[in-house]
Amino acid sequence: MIRMEHVSKSFGNLEVLKDISLQVAEGEKLVIIGPSGSGKSTLVRCINFLELPTSGQVYIDGQQLTAKNRTKVVRNSSSMVFQQFNLYPHMTVLQNITLAPTKLHHVPGKQAEEDAFKYLDIVGLREKAHDYPATLSGGQQQRVAIARALATHHKIILFDEPTSALDPETVQEVLDVMIRRSKENITMVVVTHEMGFARMVADRILFIDEGTIVEEGPPDQFFENPKNERTKSFLGKILR
Amino acid sequence: MWTSLFAPAKWQRLFRNLPVFGEGFLITLQVAALALLLALLVGIILGVVSSGPSKILRGIARVYVEFFQNTPLVIQIFFYFNALPYIGIMLPVKTLGVLGVGFYTGAYISEVVRTGILSIPIGQMEAAQSQGFPYLQAMRTIILPQTITIVLPPLTNQAVNLIKNTSILAIIAGGDLMYRADSWANSSLAYGPAYICAGFLYFVLCFPLSTFARHMEEKIKKSQNQRPEPPTVNKPIKEQIRTDEDVSLSGLLRISGMKPTRKEA
Repeated sequence: MIRMEHVSKSFGNLEVLKDISLQVAEGEKLVIIGPSGSGKSTLVRCINFLELPTSGQVYIDGQQLTAKNRTKVVRNSSSMVFQQFNLYPHMTVLQNITLAPTKLHHVPGKQAEEDAFKYLDIVGLREKAHDYPATLSGGQQQRVAIARALATHHKIILFDEPTSALDPETVQEVLDVMIRRSKENITMVVVTHEMGFARMVADRILFIDEGTIVEEGPPDQFFENPKNERTKSFLGKILR
Repeated sequence: MWTSLFAPAKWQRLFRNLPVFGEGFLITLQVAALALLLALLVGIILGVVSSGPSKILRGIARVYVEFFQNTPLVIQIFFYFNALPYIGIMLPVKTLGVLGVGFYTGAYISEVVRTGILSIPIGQMEAAQSQGFPYLQAMRTIILPQTITIVLPPLTNQAVNLIKNTSILAIIAGGDLMYRADSWANSSLAYGPAYICAGFLYFVLCFPLSTFARHMEEKIKKSQNQRPEPPTVNKPIKEQIRTDEDVSLSGLLRISGMKPTRKEA
């Protein structure tokens, strides 16, 4: 589904990603963790080419992403949920969700709305359909953002620290939605600091530090028996 | 002295000849309206381009803006009027006014549009691109609509300047309000009433616009004060347009997730 080959990314002299290769299978839930500045956000942003790799290739469903075809490939394969939600503030919740389906995927307006309500039900916000994002709490905005991502029916959803900007009391409502969606056959790549969530949802955990994959494995093995020293020290710091 | 400048007889003459001013007023209105359309077209295109990803297009837009902003409008108009005929381009004076004032104001509007776009958080464009919107469509449906309230007041001020600047037509016999007023004053010697009348007519056009702009500005300020700070971090869109060479350290830290203040587990 997703394949990265020898992906490197530099900003100026700073090499943020160093020769990353990885594959994500269809329906797999991959959770990426790592310390601040390890490059995990950049990694996930390379999957939909919000960041163009300095070198290396990214394949989606066997098709190589290029600066030229990225808009088209991304349009038909992946959605993203951002740390800062990035809802469109000049549109209602409903319009936020129906925009891409109607404008990009030629879904008739009525059907797009029905669909939108279906996903609003899933995230529990049907009654907010006609409100503007600014009137919602952070957790609600992020749930709308997830509904927006789901409404395009993409097989891949990328989450870039979806709960890091939330008030602590709203983190769980967003995680709950994600946990429920993880039962579906969607490929999820999640950058997060929520270890409980990672453990519950992930098929595989990737630990990144200083731009390289330090360790990866299924959650049980990863949390119980980390092999690498850096993983151990990172886990030691956050799992107390 | 005052009585001779504003002698009642002169006012009488003015009122008898009001249609002259009316004609000029209509031409000024026409030229201003068309020039404004042109200026908006030029301004929006250049504004979008100069906040866009292409370095070459950005450069072209920059040159345009600097050129038109840093040379007098009079020279530009004289150039079209006196120099272009030598290469076989002879335009009707009104058209000349539309083009001259339109291109000139377009440079200013482009700056208004550019700053408007840059004030929209970068996440908006990223969200659009992550959904698969092509750049221009994202601009049109997501970014530009958000800039409208921000750019409306400065845009209106540019429209006011544009209306006043159409009076430049007077120096190339453009038949506009200023020209009619001036030539009528020369023949009737009623300079005082003529200029006051012309000035009044410009004022009638411009004052409502300026008032509207000020009103809008206050409304925006108010709504910004009311709204609690949105939880989103406002990273201006300009940081998105970053090439590998000119990236700043703070930008670097932010994009790579190394912001020291960021909450980490």
